[in-house]
Amino acid sequence: MRNRKRIWLSAMMLLLAIAVVLAGCGGGGGNAGAGSSPASGSDGGSSDGGSGGSSGGGESSGAGGEGEIKVGILHSLSGTMAISEVSVKDAELLAIEEINAKGGVLGKKLVPIIEDGASDWPTFAEKARKLLSEDKVATVFGGWTSASRKAMLPVFEELNGLLWYPVQYEGLEASPNIFYTGATTNQQIVPSVTWLLENRGKKFFLLGSDYVFPRTANKIIKAQLAAEGGEVVGEEYTPLGHTDYSTIISKIKQANPDVVYNTLNGDSNVAFFKQLKDAGITAQDLTTLSVSIAEEEIRGIGADVLEGHLAAWNYYQTTDTPENKAFVEAYKAKYGQDRVTADPIEAGYIAVYLWAAAVEKAGTTDVDAVREAAKGIEFGAPEGKVTIDGDNQHIYKTVRIGEVQADGMFKELWATDGPVKPDPYLTGYDWAAGLADE
Amino acid sequence: MDVMLLQLFNGISVSSILLLIALGLAITFGLMNVINMAHGEMIMIGAYAAFVTQNLFLAALPKDMFDWYFALAIPVSFAVSFLFGLLLESSLIRFLYGRPLDSLLATWGVGLALQQVARSIFGAPNVAVTSPGWLNGGWAVMEGVVLPYKRLFIIALVAFVLLLMYVYIYRTPEGRRMRAVMQNRDMAACLGISTRRVDAITFAVGSGIAGVAGCALTLIGPIGPSIGTYYIVDAFMVVVLGGVGKLIGSVLGALGIGMANTLLEFWTTASLGKVLVFLAVILFLQWKPRGIIAVRTRSLDT
Amino acid sequence: MPSAHWTPRRIWLLAGYAAAVSALLCAPLYLNDFRLNLLAKFLALAIAALGLDLIWGYTGILSLGHGVFFGLGAYAMAMHLKLVASGGKLPDFMSWSGLTKLPWFWKPFESPAFAMAAGVLLPVLLALVLGWFTFRNRIKGVYFTILTQALVIITTTLFVGQQAYTGGTNGITGYSTLFGFRISDPRTKVWLYLATAVALFAAFALCRYLTGSRFGRVLRAIRDGENRARFIGYDPAVYQMTAFCVSAGLAGLAGMLFVLHVGIISPSMMGIVPSIEMVLWVAIGGRGTLIGAVLGAILMNGAKSVLSESYPELWTLLIGLLFVAVVVFMPRGLAGLADLPAALRRRRERSDESGGVGSAGGFGDASGAEAGGAEGVRHSPV
Repeated sequence: MRNRKRIWLSAMMLLLAIAVVLAGCGGGGGNAGAGSSPASGSDGGSSDGGSGGSSGGGESSGAGGEGEIKVGILHSLSGTMAISEVSVKDAELLAIEEINAKGGVLGKKLVPIIEDGASDWPTFAEKARKLLSEDKVATVFGGWTSASRKAMLPVFEELNGLLWYPVQYEGLEASPNIFYTGATTNQQIVPSVTWLLENRGKKFFLLGSDYVFPRTANKIIKAQLAAEGGEVVGEEYTPLGHTDYSTIISKIKQANPDVVYNTLNGDSNVAFFKQLKDAGITAQDLTTLSVSIAEEEIRGIGADVLEGHLAAWNYYQTTDTPENKAFVEAYKAKYGQDRVTADPIEAGYIAVYLWAAAVEKAGTTDVDAVREAAKGIEFGAPEGKVTIDGDNQHIYKTVRIGEVQADGMFKELWATDGPVKPDPYLTGYDWAAGLADE
Repeated sequence: MDVMLLQLFNGISVSSILLLIALGLAITFGLMNVINMAHGEMIMIGAYAAFVTQNLFLAALPKDMFDWYFALAIPVSFAVSFLFGLLLESSLIRFLYGRPLDSLLATWGVGLALQQVARSIFGAPNVAVTSPGWLNGGWAVMEGVVLPYKRLFIIALVAFVLLLMYVYIYRTPEGRRMRAVMQNRDMAACLGISTRRVDAITFAVGSGIAGVAGCALTLIGPIGPSIGTYYIVDAFMVVVLGGVGKLIGSVLGALGIGMANTLLEFWTTASLGKVLVFLAVILFLQWKPRGIIAVRTRSLDT
Repeated sequence: MPSAHWTPRRIWLLAGYAAAVSALLCAPLYLNDFRLNLLAKFLALAIAALGLDLIWGYTGILSLGHGVFFGLGAYAMAMHLKLVASGGKLPDFMSWSGLTKLPWFWKPFESPAFAMAAGVLLPVLLALVLGWFTFRNRIKGVYFTILTQALVIITTTLFVGQQAYTGGTNGITGYSTLFGFRISDPRTKVWLYLATAVALFAAFALCRYLTGSRFGRVLRAIRDGENRARFIGYDPAVYQMTAFCVSAGLAGLAGMLFVLHVGIISPSMMGIVPSIEMVLWVAIGGRGTLIGAVLGAILMNGAKSVLSESYPELWTLLIGLLFVAVVVFMPRGLAGLADLPAALRRRRERSDESGGVGSAGGFGDASGAEAGGAEGVRHSPV
């Protein structure tokens, strides 16, 4: 008796599973509404119209049906990177909603198709390929880690797609199929090191997570320090996801630096700063400057722990421009008053606007035309005026150094006079001559 | 000299954290032969329970009472994870006894699901838990050697939990029943012990301890949906190295891995230290395949 | 197995195989490029699942570290592809990391023959070394599983740390041609797909041969009672090592093919999560049956792709629940459902005989031993 029940249960489970899979495939064909609701688990994206197995020739045509343009959004919505990327997705959706409210692009509404990169680089490549070849999106906004961008790069170059990448990174790249709205090294790291040398001290301790960005960034920093009179008293890397920093803190104490240049990532930052404070080291004793800590991360660590520590970005929620006031207000209104904006969030937001402006100028969503039209486009962004640099498809950004305040916001200590021209290969610096691979 | 002292203390601190994480697993795996890959998520649940407790205190009680939230958070984390463990056991694990590899797979699925649930409820970004004021600062033993109160507290907490576990298992009737079921399930059932109840309670206690670990970890680490994945592998290493079946084995395993990790990390780098520790574990298991403290039986298949 | 007499079951089975083979070979005709690429990826993963099934379903040893073997094969192929794509110059990630000339162990990978051989032999070698130490010391069960996890962590940490030599977390990407054919060309992709399908058939045939032979019978004996097999006179360690090496080789082969379709390899694909996922495919498909491993790999990866496309924000929840449901309710996996009619018939006969008194055991009992995969050793008290 019991066995028969189990057998039927198994059969029903299987049917259920098949039903779910088929429902996912077949249902939702056609376009879901633009502008999804706040991140409460519902997806605003539509699946591709074809079923999982066969497709034949009836794929959805061009850039959407009448009156619609499909754009792809590809971020990690699960996995370890989700802690950062979900907010960027939200910002991009906000921008799409605002643009649609003003009439869309070329008179057509933007329809976002959201995919989950799952913090897994091959998945990013797969979903990018799907967005470009199946959904035939006009452009994709996505990525966070350099690894995800590197995984997507061949796909975009092969299928001649357009990717807008919103995160600060280590430079040394300028693909014709990617627009970089985050800072490259000469817009974040290099000016901050100069500022630190002038204002805080000469002895640097370099601490980073063990992956490509910190290692590459530290190479650049070491060359710069050698040229500008600084000294490296320690260089340590911890595995991703490392959570016990007691030994590292001992090493820092032993090395006795003036500055700790921190390129730790994600959860490691939480552990490090909490434990640094426990060890009795305050921001007055030791200057730290981080490049991966923004308002979002402060929320997760605690402003009391981070008070007085520094960061280098191009945008803070407290940046004083009228565009920023409007942006912050709109973001909080849509997603909740306790949400915060940060540099990558803003970079994702302006990426959508920049693309829209390029499309309007080109008069079409065709990738080559948009790429040409994008050169030199200016935009009044929340961070200040930005311009797309046609040489390397990065944007001009102002460099700002900020200090964490007790309320979890940044106070700007110093900024460049105006936006800085991007230089991903550091050609403008003699000491960087050996680093870049042209 | 003071650096060596500090490193010694760090080693003990790391060992205590490992032990706290692994203790719950030692019970469910060591005593019940159930591989619970959702153990990391139990830790996460405990951490979020502390977060919720903190928020309740912020919302409902006057500011000067805030620091006491932590005293309440510990039992609350235990209770919440206990309940989750109970739920998990009665709905899933009890079909999988005697099939450790199946329990591994099923609990992996549960872990994935729990992570997503946490993400949906609390949001994907990390949340902040402010430590109580009385734990800030450190004990300045001598010049240059400051032992943080939080780490001292965790060491004390671990010792306390260990003591409680010892008393529970070896001095209470419930613990005696647990040992009986563990040693000879059929005979225990014949003698009138409800093996179902004992299993459920044991698993729930293991999960509850994981919840306490999560609460303690809010003092020094991140709180987010995927923090469980950081600790699960280390927890298994400790349990397997220490030897399955006896709690003292896990203590020794945690000490071994914690001290080795800290010292190697200090002498080399963090990445290399981790690699060397795991290599050492592999080599050690070649020498003593059953772990440090092996329960020796007459039967050929243990 | 008794010599072939054409029972209805055999006929159905052969028909099924023929249908599957032809469906797979004709796939380029009815699938578009993207889906074909996905299917090729799934087939490559199915080869790895076959290897894992050999060591787990048939020999009873759970390895949670097959990602390492998979990754080694993949890296071997990736290194070759990268050298070809760099056209004689230093690969880009090496220049950024400050290397000035090609490390010595990269040089041999310029030859495709070496790369392909290394892709299979390196994992086999590693499996041999690991197996020698662990099986001879009679480490088995959970201890072995945890050991494989330690191996995974060691390998991924090393690969991530040595980014000058391995590309670090970014992995190795940016390929252009293989044997002179452009990889991004759709026609090349079709050929690569067919090559993968053929490799899958070959791997399947190999495993079928191994498991059907005396070797396979000894493996099953070791799975069900290692000490008994030892008492009869077989040395389990040798058989276990052989099975482990074969499974590692298959995983390496799978890795090589995988890289050709996906275009990137990174340490995350060697990690704990992919290793556990491989085990899950085999479990869901039905361990102890070869077709189950293949089915499980294809279906689960397909489900993952489809579910993540349709429910980008909730799919991990659905996948997790799916795992749980299958493991609990279908312990013999999907392949176990093939026994459904026979099992139902048996139940009906037995209950008719004994008047409806509930017989012991459920779906996972030992009655279907030839396809079974439940842990055979009784859990003895400790």
